[in-house]
Amino acid sequence: MSPSITDLAAGQEIGSRTVEVTRTDLVKYAGASGDFNPIHWNEAFATGVELPGVIAHGMFTMGSAVQLVTDWAGDPAAVVDFQTRFTKPVLVTDTTGTPEPGATIEVSGTIGKLDAEAGTARVDLTVTAAGQKVLMKAQAVVRLS
Amino acid sequence: MTINPDLQGRSYPAAEVYDVGREKIREFARAVKATHPAHFDVDAATALGHRDLVAPPTFAIIIAQRADAQLIEDPEAGIDFSRVVHADQRFTHHRPIFAGDRLVAELHVDGVRAMGGGAMITTRSEIFALGDGGAREQVTTTTSSILVRGEGQ
Repeated sequence: MSPSITDLAAGQEIGSRTVEVTRTDLVKYAGASGDFNPIHWNEAFATGVELPGVIAHGMFTMGSAVQLVTDWAGDPAAVVDFQTRFTKPVLVTDTTGTPEPGATIEVSGTIGKLDAEAGTARVDLTVTAAGQKVLMKAQAVVRLS
Repeated sequence: MTINPDLQGRSYPAAEVYDVGREKIREFARAVKATHPAHFDVDAATALGHRDLVAPPTFAIIIAQRADAQLIEDPEAGIDFSRVVHADQRFTHHRPIFAGDRLVAELHVDGVRAMGGGAMITTRSEIFALGDGGAREQVTTTTSSILVRGEGQ
């Protein structure tokens, strides 16, 4: 059941989600997306180009964060616009062979703005890892019933 | 290596066709840890009024980054891919992407500006679905900025 615009107000929270990330997840995302930049899977390469270590694809973070909105909207096709700035890299440590994640991304969303005429709501996402905001101006515009 | 400032305003025409497959939508959805049934189950997608599986909101990055590769691999551009950092990204969906779509992307270089020893490059991909008789339907516009880090950045 998708939310109705008349039941919503700016500032309302839509929920939160935790995304655990491993090096294996980054390899899967590389394969699924076709982005094989070695900074996302090879430690020596990443540190060799002055990064602190292997980092998640910005598009992995963006793509996993929006699932909070998709599930809330009830239909992935309702997301008509989605944007973000990538401010901090998500460092993913190598925990291969253990049940521990290499990073944990926390996602929460609030209604930023309602447009009754267009029948849309803008959801503003707060996305953090290791206590730092990793996305800025992460905004999804959702068409509502 | 220096970024060629003449890149601004350059366009790369639609090249290869990208055929959107059901298994690719499922694989991509799993890779971004999406669980909505409209990505996986055709019946669930049609129950929502869609003609086939619905791609996740960021799926178009596959097609956009293939288009970007034309620029990044262009020897005239002077871009070192290992020093590329993604700065921002936007998707505007004119309609959802469905399994069975045949997509092409036109790439436009909207901005190039020097930043320290590197450069910020903004590109836009206009993604169209091919229809019968050569018809093209606008599906998604993606815009992306990449920072090509200079030495010591």
